[in-house]
Amino acid sequence: MSYLEAQGRGGLLSWLSSTDHKRIALLYLFLLVPLFWVAVSLGFAMRLKHLFAGDFLMSAQTYNALFTVHGVIMIFMFVIPGLPAVFGNFFLPILIGARDVSFPRLNLLSWYFFAAGAALALLSLFTGRGAPDTGWTFYVPFSLRTGTNVPLAVSAAFVLGLSSILTGLNFITTTHRMRAPGMTWHRMPLFVWALYATGWIQVLVTPIIGITLVLVILERLFGIGVFDPAKGGDPLLYQHLFWIYSHPAVYIMIVPAMGAVTEILPTFARRTIFGYRAIAYSSIAIAALGSIVWAHHMFTSGMSDLAGVIFSLFTFLVAVPSAIKVFNWTATLYKGSIDMQPPMLFALAFVFLFCIGGLTGIIQGALGLNIHLHDTYWIVGHFHYVMFGGTGFAFFAALLYWFPKMFGRMVEPKPVFIAWGLMFAGFNLLYGAFLLLGGMGMPRRYYAHLPQFHPGHLAATVGSWLLVAGLLVLFGSLLRALRSGRRAEDDPWGGKTLEWRIPSPPPAENFAEVPVIDAAPYAYNPGRRS
Amino acid sequence: MSEHKDYSGAKIGMWLFLFTEFMLFGGLFILYSAYRTLHPADFHRASGELSAALGGANTVILLTSSLFMACSLTAIQKGRKGASMLLVALTASCGALFLAVKGFEWASKFHHGIYPGGPGLLQRPPGEVLFFGLYYVMTGLHGLHVLAGTILLCVMLALLARERIRQDDCVKLENSGLYWHLVDVIWIFLLPLFYLAA
Amino acid sequence: MEREQGHVVEYAVLLRVWAALLVLTALLLAASRLSPALAVLALLTLTPLKAWLVLYFFMHLRYEGLLLKGMVLTALSTLLVFIGMLFLDIGFR
Repeated sequence: MSYLEAQGRGGLLSWLSSTDHKRIALLYLFLLVPLFWVAVSLGFAMRLKHLFAGDFLMSAQTYNALFTVHGVIMIFMFVIPGLPAVFGNFFLPILIGARDVSFPRLNLLSWYFFAAGAALALLSLFTGRGAPDTGWTFYVPFSLRTGTNVPLAVSAAFVLGLSSILTGLNFITTTHRMRAPGMTWHRMPLFVWALYATGWIQVLVTPIIGITLVLVILERLFGIGVFDPAKGGDPLLYQHLFWIYSHPAVYIMIVPAMGAVTEILPTFARRTIFGYRAIAYSSIAIAALGSIVWAHHMFTSGMSDLAGVIFSLFTFLVAVPSAIKVFNWTATLYKGSIDMQPPMLFALAFVFLFCIGGLTGIIQGALGLNIHLHDTYWIVGHFHYVMFGGTGFAFFAALLYWFPKMFGRMVEPKPVFIAWGLMFAGFNLLYGAFLLLGGMGMPRRYYAHLPQFHPGHLAATVGSWLLVAGLLVLFGSLLRALRSGRRAEDDPWGGKTLEWRIPSPPPAENFAEVPVIDAAPYAYNPGRRS
Repeated sequence: MSEHKDYSGAKIGMWLFLFTEFMLFGGLFILYSAYRTLHPADFHRASGELSAALGGANTVILLTSSLFMACSLTAIQKGRKGASMLLVALTASCGALFLAVKGFEWASKFHHGIYPGGPGLLQRPPGEVLFFGLYYVMTGLHGLHVLAGTILLCVMLALLARERIRQDDCVKLENSGLYWHLVDVIWIFLLPLFYLAA
Repeated sequence: MEREQGHVVEYAVLLRVWAALLVLTALLLAASRLSPALAVLALLTLTPLKAWLVLYFFMHLRYEGLLLKGMVLTALSTLLVFIGMLFLDIGFR
């Protein structure tokens, strides 16, 4: 009997009280998808506004609320939990041959924290004196002064952080303690390595944003003074603390995405992964190096020049482990027999778009150029290339790749190819235009724009239509597959990792008999070294 | 689902949780170190107004409570349930005593108008406002942890009484102890940073 | 291969650690009275020593494997690196 079928009482309650890691993964998915669409709609509305340079569709205050809420939902409620909470929860135990995570009840609790955080965030939109308008960064002193509903939104981010921490804690312990016999560290699939590295970032830096947000609330309630310049506080220290978490947080977002892509590429290239250890260790290296580059968000803030130079240096260095991954992915594809199925197409798009995102990051990491590019559409473009082109496309790649395993149904490929074409074209039009606009000097977060920026904005808005159309086609075909897709075999893609050796969808405790592992993963060309 | 007990796993999980607590205070230690560097003289002056005697007394209380806590684990590991329960109760009482001293200390500061946004505080130089802001946040957060720990220990007492914690299954008590000791470690740092910076 | 229950630390060891902690606290209080330089020195040496005693004996770190010791070291050094890198800004403005 599969995990989807009712055990005991059945119904919604059996899901809401389930400690099965697969059911919890789906619980996350069911919250993430609607939240994703809310945030997409907000972004879509912002683009619509820029059809005209001046007043159109919404007030400037509404526009401020839109970019704030779009950012908060996308970052804290979709991109950060996306791959770890959904695919990590579902596949981490299966990939290491375990029946569940180390702390199943804690896992469920962490979903409840997530749901509570999401509810608080949505509540903050409709209560108090208007939706928060600070941008997702909640920079002081504005976040202390604005009359909008900042405290509730900040508490929401705090609770979501708690959920993220518990997930990371669970994954680290699971990786250490629950591996099947013979599953040595160097036989673990690379998605597991990525989740392990991510878990450490979640555990070590999320508390810092937690306490920072608590301080914002205390500052607003009691006026303790630590961030308030009127009382001697230093707003730059807020920025430091904020980015000590929020820069590593982008690695919480991207590292699991890289891990998922690393699972997909060998399957569809029919080739062992090239440079297993390099990819595994580069995940750890990204986690470590990524934690000491935070102040590159603050080059124009007035911090010391010495700090600028050193943080810029580390920013360049963090590109090395990321590049190691890209080179090894490319080498994996070389002379592979590539089967261009939808998951592969999205994974390849990830590699391409992530390269653009990464390389634009290097450009703005240079101290001099940063002064020109800071707070422009360039930054927004770069960020979306990494987070949407990177993590977003990887999320869909992972969803398409593991959909047959999770739901036992196949997705019809043809509409997905169309969706991919629309998304890829729309994406590059939208965010490519952002990069150009930023280079020309269009500041981010501006409600109105000057006439010379109008063609760029027009292109970007048209791009957003294509992108959303592609997303609609994609989700349409996923929903159709859910209802009436062809039944999936156990191993529809010819994958070699453990999840393909159990039924689709998997039974409640994954393995009838805990497997004994005697070889490395991705065993496509036995006897020949890659 | 087959119940599975993983002693080492439970401890790894607890330590990871302690790291998050440690980093939660870590953010505040970062702020403290930065502001003390920026306003050394103000911090020096403000620290002189805190009673080193009260801070020292609370240190002795917490260190002693940690001794009781560690001994209670040794006791249950040796199968002495009664002794273990007594020691856990003593630990929790020390926690309560600590909170009482802390409350007394806060109350006397409040009495002099030294509280966030208070009239006595806002006339002072910025460094002193920051010192007392951090003092209230850090000792307050620490106090909340002592309170949570005390409640946790009361739960452990009930579990000990019902033999849910036994000689052969005492990881819950061990993990509660870890939490309690971490709270103690944080206080070890708070003492010199606030009470002895004069 | 693996102990499934924790190490039993004798009462005598715990008592001695507690006594050492009290002595160190007394030294710390005394040093802070003598001179500011001595106070800072005591803060930077005696306090970590006290914390180490609690971690090592009360929290049984001494009896744990390399894995937990390594994890604790990772967490501690992360915070120290953060503070150090922050001072690239604070110390050189």
